[in-house]
This record gives sequence, C-alpha cells and structure tokens, in this order.
Amino acid sequence: MKEILNYFQEIFSAIRSLTTGMKVTGKYFAINAFTDKQVFTQKYPENRKELKMFDAFRGEVIMTHNENNEHRCNGCGICELNCPNGSIEIIAKKENNEDGKAIRAIDQHVYQLAMCTFCGLCIKACPSNALDWGQDFEHAVFDRSKLTKVLNQPGSKIQKDIKE
Amino acid sequence: MIENREILLNDPNSERYLVNMGPQHPSTHGVLRLVVGIKGETVDSVQPHCGYIHRGIEKMCEHITYPQIIHLTDRMDYLSAHQNNHAVCLAVENALGVQVPERVQYIRTIMDELSRIASHQLWWATFGMDLGALTTFFYGLRDREKILDIFEESTGSRFLQSYYTPGGLMKDIHPDFQKHVKEFLVYFRKLLPEYDQLLTGNVIYRARSINMGLLSKEDAINYGVTGPSGRGSGFSCDVRKHKPYGVYHKAEFNEILRTEGDVHARYMVHMDEMRESMKIIEQLIDNIPAGDFIAKMKPVIKLPAGEYWQSVETARGELGVYIVSDGNKNPYRMKFRSPNLSNLGVLEKLSIGHKIADLIAIGGSMDYIIPDIDR
Ligand code: SF4
Ligand code: SF4
Repeated sequence: MKEILNYFQEIFSAIRSLTTGMKVTGKYFAINAFTDKQVFTQKYPENRKELKMFDAFRGEVIMTHNENNEHRCNGCGICELNCPNGSIEIIAKKENNEDGKAIRAIDQHVYQLAMCTFCGLCIKACPSNALDWGQDFEHAVFDRSKLTKVLNQPGSKIQKDIKE
Repeated sequence: MIENREILLNDPNSERYLVNMGPQHPSTHGVLRLVVGIKGETVDSVQPHCGYIHRGIEKMCEHITYPQIIHLTDRMDYLSAHQNNHAVCLAVENALGVQVPERVQYIRTIMDELSRIASHQLWWATFGMDLGALTTFFYGLRDREKILDIFEESTGSRFLQSYYTPGGLMKDIHPDFQKHVKEFLVYFRKLLPEYDQLLTGNVIYRARSINMGLLSKEDAINYGVTGPSGRGSGFSCDVRKHKPYGVYHKAEFNEILRTEGDVHARYMVHMDEMRESMKIIEQLIDNIPAGDFIAKMKPVIKLPAGEYWQSVETARGELGVYIVSDGNKNPYRMKFRSPNLSNLGVLEKLSIGHKIADLIAIGGSMDYIIPDIDR
C-alpha cells in the first residue's frame, strides 16, 4: 500500500517540477511574444550604424594623428620590445631636424594585426603616447597581406613637442 | 590501452568496444579525446588523451618577460582569465616585495568574483544542455552577457581581458563600474531563483544527477580534485579561505561544502558559490578606496633568483603558479598547476559502471576547460 502511495506521490512531484520549469519558460515566451521589452539579441550587421563599442574597447592598435596629419611617434622602438608576439616592426630612418642635426625618426611603423593578441603592452609602454586602441572590429579580409598595416599615415610628420 | 586493444583483437566475440568520444564532441566542451571502453552501454574504462590544444605555454613563458606572461595565462582557463592573471601578478609582486595599492586589491577581488559568477553561469548553461535541457543554455548566456558588458566597459575586452599587470591594473575602472555592478547584482538576485525552478528541481535532472558519479573525500584529496568538484565531496580546499589573497580576508563569506560527492552535490556547490560571490561583491563594491591603479614598478621587472609559488582559487579549483628565477627578466622555468588536469584524472574512477549517457553528466559536472588541461 505504502509503495503504491509513494509511486503516485513521485509522479505528482515530478509533474509539479516540470510545470514549475514550464512556468518560467512560459513567462518569457509570453513576454517575448506579446511585448518587446525583453529582447536581448542585437541585429548585427543591420545595426552597424548605431552600434557603438565601449570607449575602452580593444579592436586594433592604431597610431593617433591630429588634424595636421601629425603623429607622436619618434621611432624609439620601445613598443617593438614590449610586444610578446613580435607583431610590431619599427623601420626607422635618419632625418635632419631644424638645427640640421641627424636624428632617428620613424619611417614605417609596421603592425601585423594577425599576430596581435590585443594585450595592450605596446600602448602602455609607449613613452610618447603615440598609440591607442581603435574601435574597428571587422577585421575579416580575403587576403592575408591586408592584415599587415603601416600605422603612420602616408605623408605624416612628427608633432613638434615630441623629443627624439 | 594496448592491452585493451589486444583483448578486442584476440577475441572476436568480445562484447567490449572501445569508442572514441571526441576530440570533436560537443559534450567534451573542447578538444578532449576520451577513449571509452563500453560493454553494451556500461562504461568500464575511460582514458583521456590530452594534447590536442597544447600550445606550450609554459615553455613560451621562458622566453618572454613577466608582464608579457600575463596575456598567455588568459588563454589557459579562459573562463577564469582574471584569476589566472591574478596568480602570476601575485607571484611576481610577492617575489619583489611590492605592496600594491588597496584600490587595486579591491578591484581585483571584485573582478575575480564577477568572473567566477560568469564562469558558473556558463557552466550551468552548458551543463543543462549536456543533460538535454536546452533552455538553460539561453538563460545562462543571457545573464552572463551582463557581466561581459561590465568587463568590456572597464577592461576593453569581453573574454581575454589581460587586465592585471604586475603592480596593478592596465587601466583604471570605468567611472560607471560600481553602478553597473550593483545593477547586475540586483538583476541577478532576482533571476537566480529561476535557475533553480528551471533545473534544480526538475525531475529528469534529479534522476540523472543524484547518486551519480560518486567521489569520496579520500579520492578527492588523493587525486587533488579542487574547486567545486572537491568541495562537493567535503574536501575543504578553498584557497580564498585557507590562504587569503587580495581582500578576501575583509569579506565575510562561507566556503560551500557538501558531503554527498555526487553530480548533484557538485551542481549545488556551483549554485551556492554564485550566491557567495554576490555576497563578497556586495561587501566590497562600495568600499573601493580612491588611489592609484598601479604601484610604481621598475620598467624592467627582474625577480631575484629563487623559487616562488602562488596559488589562487579559480572558478574550477586551485591554480598554482611556480616560478623558478635565475635573476633574469624572464623566468628560468614556469609551471602552472592547473586545476582541470588534476580533476580530469579522477574521471575514470567516477564513471566506471555507469551508462555512457551518464559519462556526459559526470564530465559536465566536473566542469572541464580543455585549454587549461593542455596549456
Ligand atoms: S609608437 Fe611609441 S614606443 Fe613605438 S616607436 Fe613610436 S614612440 Fe616608440
Ligand atoms: S597589443 Fe600586444 S600583441 Fe598587439 S601589437 Fe601591442 S604589444 Fe603586440
């Protein structure tokens, strides 16, 4: 007799546990079906225009340029030393400053996006704050060579206040 | 292994099969290959084969400097990235005798606990899915998303944050950090009971978890099973309690211990730990002191020659970092005692005699992260 009772009790508690769970899913089903309060997903890429990443977002390493196409990099090579993956290569050149003295300047700041692990050590290490995070995250390309970037823009010059 | 194969080859009438589970199997949560010996549907041997995602992180560490090591540790147990960073940072700081600012310690502790909650949420989501409850997957990920947003706002990255650096943090927290964390706590406190309604009381889940995969306390200690899996067997192994680091000594929380040692016990430890983590964050979040986010460090960090050990509690157990330094700017030898490798060792013991479907439940409850096993 007791066994039969237990048997039915088990069945009832099982059904009850299932309905408790169904209540939760039912609630969300109703909310989602009849209101638009609880939409968690984003429609990417349709929302590209409104999509705003957080300020701190680490999309890629960029070199900041001001409106006169001037950057702050003096080619010291500290970022290259700090990169754990060798994704940065500094190609320096000799340049004459205003006094006619030969100084070391940046020719090409080569950045291999494909080898970057977005650790941020180069940006933190740069003594003249020449580098920063870019917000772009759509890095897919058809050709691998496009992932090798030169960070100083063509024709750009070094800002006046940066020492060599 | 070879012995098993001979049995198979020699005896064509043997009812025993060797089945490969993985390396590409969704329920192993990564590239883990289990060679499972089955008789009918009953498991009689489980042999894990590691190495499919071995990247040689320990060896790589010997060639790079200490700050550079941090970003590699993210890639071991990627769901506990903050805690992994923390272990290396603490080891380096203790070796140098650097006192990090109080603010840093608070932020680190809060970040650690947030990632513990996020990790347990993902575990709950995928564990439910392993057992066939697909809904849990969406609910768990939905709530984890909120934490990832908090991470992204302050650290710049959702997943592999590389946020700590020897001496402090890479950058200060976002001004809205505290506000958003508090919003999340209110939000998640309301939703955690739903997790229980959905899965904890569910009759199918209970039938598949209670008395399944029993791990005794002795075995947990012998095999070095730590984390929620060890504590589900009554093995008191919480590093946060026994060797407090950060500001854990300032927060009041309980070490969750259960004695049953079955799948359900491990499940309940996970669920209760989320509550404890919320308690810790609640106590700390309003008291973050003002100050610097990084201590003054030399530009090139060289550890004095010697051996250093530091362990922290990640979401899956005790992560130990062992550094042998010869006085250079990179370690002479770096060893990580990863919790998952030890936890994997006990899998065969737990699964023998159970059905093959239960192997999924047992493996799921142990919460393996494969890149942490292989490193
Ligand atoms: S980016 Fe900064 S660290 Fe790198 S070469 Fe230029 S100035 Fe030096
Ligand atoms: S973010 Fe890290 S990996 Fe990428 S270029 Fe800078 S230092 Fe190298």
